[in-house]
Amino acid sequence: MPRDAEIRLRDRLSKLGGLDLLRGARLSGELERLQRQLDRIEAEPTDEEIWRSVELARHQDRPYTLDYVPRIFEEFFELHGDRGRGDDAALVTGLGRLEGRTVAVIGHQKGRDIKERTTRNFGMAYPEGYRKAIRVMELADRHGFPLVTLVDTPGAYPGVAAEQHGQGGAIARSQAAMARLGVPTVACIIGEGGSGGAVAIALADRVLMQEHAIYSVISPEGCAAILWRDAGEARKAAAAFKPDAAHCLELGVIDGIVPEPEGGAQESHDEAARLLAAALADAIEELDDIPPDELRAARRLKFRSMGVLA
Amino acid sequence: MNRIDVSIEHKHAPPEPPAKKHPNTCPGCGSHYRDDELEVSLRVCPHCGHHFPVKARERIAQLVDPGSFEEEAIDLRSADPLDFFDLRSYKERLAEAEVATGLGDAMVIGAATIEALACELAVMDFSFMGGSMGSVTGEKFARACESAVEAGVPLVSVSASGGARMQEGILALMQLPKTVVAVEELHEARCALISVMAHPTTGGLLASFASLGDVLLAEPGALMSFAGPRVVAQTTREKLPDDFGLAESNLRFGHVDGVVPRPELRPTLARLLRLFGSD
Repeated sequence: MPRDAEIRLRDRLSKLGGLDLLRGARLSGELERLQRQLDRIEAEPTDEEIWRSVELARHQDRPYTLDYVPRIFEEFFELHGDRGRGDDAALVTGLGRLEGRTVAVIGHQKGRDIKERTTRNFGMAYPEGYRKAIRVMELADRHGFPLVTLVDTPGAYPGVAAEQHGQGGAIARSQAAMARLGVPTVACIIGEGGSGGAVAIALADRVLMQEHAIYSVISPEGCAAILWRDAGEARKAAAAFKPDAAHCLELGVIDGIVPEPEGGAQESHDEAARLLAAALADAIEELDDIPPDELRAARRLKFRSMGVLA
Repeated sequence: MNRIDVSIEHKHAPPEPPAKKHPNTCPGCGSHYRDDELEVSLRVCPHCGHHFPVKARERIAQLVDPGSFEEEAIDLRSADPLDFFDLRSYKERLAEAEVATGLGDAMVIGAATIEALACELAVMDFSFMGGSMGSVTGEKFARACESAVEAGVPLVSVSASGGARMQEGILALMQLPKTVVAVEELHEARCALISVMAHPTTGGLLASFASLGDVLLAEPGALMSFAGPRVVAQTTREKLPDDFGLAESNLRFGHVDGVVPRPELRPTLARLLRLFGSD
């Protein structure tokens, strides 16, 4: 198995090397980083290393969407409300300029202190949040703005009102809306990519992941509670379902890894933002000249092919 | 103690310990049923209307014209890309599920006719690993969409699933966008999706294709929630309404078009197939 994994990642790395996304001068450091990721996989990442990604992805000082927004986008203007029921502060949407062109931005916002976390509901959106996201996706499509989404949520909010307002349907329709867009779309997991609440805004042409972000079908604690019947076994669960960026790349779930400052994004928000901005701009540039129909078809084909069959 | 007990309750013989529950007891009304009778009544309790779970093949037999079902993608089987091991290995769980259910995965797909109207079917089976959606389940659903497009017929899906299959990790989550793009292609080819939600349709199922039907139907008493009642209660410490997430409450909140008792499901589907122009 580790040998197979190595071959697959080598194969994938060589393919990635051929992509414009990673050939750009600004990202020349990325392949090097990937190489380091590969080295780590070769060395069989220990359970501790996977768990370290989980901890860094949830680090209290890790930059959130609203830390990146002023550092990456100029003239940002926030758009509020789903035009039906409310404004969900757990999902921030708006317009801004990236390298001189207007882009639409959608991102989860967890909140830094207790007060903000309460307002932002720890980045766990209600259906209102996903409906706001859909509205902004359609706006972007109408005006030909590329769409950037920043994913950072433990999951969609599991509450009575959220269910009554149609949580499942909202997440499904948000994905469907992304499948219809004719503009370049780039998603980046910048912290926790928690299940349906994350993939709702991640059906993108390019899905990137920061080096220490995690992307998973369920939280380690949730998985442990169900399969081990003990939430305390979260480390074991994380080691089993491998939510780290290198494994997601290996499984073909993401298209590239965005490097972080040494020691993690929390060490320097400015540096993390610079690296993220470069990756986003390169991805958009790469997708820019593709006609809408082709863009849509390639995006759908990519997700249509996800999974491993015997 | 040596006190004499004079309480009234003890004048009679002490109550018997509760008798062992009869294995065929309806959870709805406590009445006993015979297996063969329950099958004839489409696994609906004749006394209280409780809807028992229906396995995929039996569901298909209930819905389609006899002999009309032609199964597709029978040979698809899950791989174990993560070498997943919790208390037991995923491979072992898969093998055991196949032996127990006679199915290759939690979904059966194929072409059929309902009241002589052609359609494609995608039917889930909760008894295969809780109906959880893994790579094969998603693949089968996507192929059902493609078959429907090719034949130019509507797709009828019947979901019964706890959500994504954890043992496939992130790839299980990716079955959400995979089935969503398949529905998009189906819709662009102007084929209808009629989504029937049986008990339970939760988590990743509700957050993907099951919610994207042109018409959404639910079985009485089916649980349809993104987060299960236990998770909601534990996370929020909210008091849950008695009908939390049930089909009837989803109808009230505008999330489904109808709650259809099982005996009416076949005629209802036939009517919808006619309305969507299948011939």
